[in-house]
Amino acid sequence: MRRSARLAALSMLAVLLGCTMPAPVPLPALGFGLATTDRSGPAEPDRRRSGFEFMGEQTQAMQRDDSANPAMLGVQDGEMLWNTAPGPQAKACVACHAAAQSSMKGVAARYPAWDGQLARPVNLGTRINLCRQRHQQLPPLTADHQQLLNLEAYVGLQSRGLPVMPDPDPRLLPFRERGAQRFVQRLGQLDLSCAQCHDQLAGLKLAGSVIPQAHPTGYPIYRLEWQALGSLQRRLRGCMTGVRAEPFAAGSVEFVELELHLATRAMGMALETPAVRP
Amino acid sequence: MARTLLNIPKTAQRGEVIEIRTLIAHKMDSGFLPDAQGQRIPRDIIQRFACRYNGEQVFSAELFAAVSANPYLVFYLVATESGMLEFEWQGDNGFTQTERVPITVT
Repeated sequence: MRRSARLAALSMLAVLLGCTMPAPVPLPALGFGLATTDRSGPAEPDRRRSGFEFMGEQTQAMQRDDSANPAMLGVQDGEMLWNTAPGPQAKACVACHAAAQSSMKGVAARYPAWDGQLARPVNLGTRINLCRQRHQQLPPLTADHQQLLNLEAYVGLQSRGLPVMPDPDPRLLPFRERGAQRFVQRLGQLDLSCAQCHDQLAGLKLAGSVIPQAHPTGYPIYRLEWQALGSLQRRLRGCMTGVRAEPFAAGSVEFVELELHLATRAMGMALETPAVRP
Repeated sequence: MARTLLNIPKTAQRGEVIEIRTLIAHKMDSGFLPDAQGQRIPRDIIQRFACRYNGEQVFSAELFAAVSANPYLVFYLVATESGMLEFEWQGDNGFTQTERVPITVT
């Protein structure tokens, strides 16, 4: 059976070189205002799967149990940050927004959203930083700052179980479209696009790891590989350096466009924040 | 002060075997990894964990550099009497954390 082994090796090489790909996984019609009227017959079953379903049983158990999920340590800290004034001049988040349990319910599910002042979409982390600058008169936290991630996790937790509902603001459309183009754009020395792995090869393996469908339903996530809480942009950076491309700058509009496309792709899937991933 | 997550039943029957789950926020730097500048990050780990039940030590563990960040320890106890469960983590750089949780045994 050495021949089949060689064939397998060859096809793996073909995958790495970005040659002929198997047929893409059919995804249900996504996007806004896309009615299903043009389709005849019964609706296609939803073949989208959260990364949760690609994990091992033990990792799944870790996420299910809040007392075993290390991300809940960050949530505890986020709750404290939400309720504490960060300085003598600054008000606490809770002073304007009231209790997060009610005021932040569903908020994380609709980000990235439009920011009028910047005239561009922003993700939840940037929104928290803008709030710090505009209403608390504090310098922004650096990208992937522990406190920022903890606050994001606490705000995200309030939307756990709710469906991902991207902002329907029409001003987001050009950004969303550019994000969709970035998803299929080949990048880096390996010349691979997001879609080539996460649409066409999802469920198969890259070395020892299962390739998930790339639905951002649990961010910020506690990733076992990182041994820490991390953002979607950190995850995207990991993929970009993986194909040997230069990652977009932290907080750049390019990243937010991609995040917008991913949120649209995952529309209707349940939010799991804060999720555990291998 | 490190954050901890403790999952302990509030009440138990006398003689019942109860599950104790503990999770503590700690980076557990092994001392072998370099930082972004290539300098070795000095070791900073939790070395010892102990659980005392009304003052008597009922479980302890030694932790080493290979244990991952945010150590999660699960163990079992026989509930004998109402009282206090005390958890103590000790580590490098004088790290120490103690948590107390009451338990009612009927």
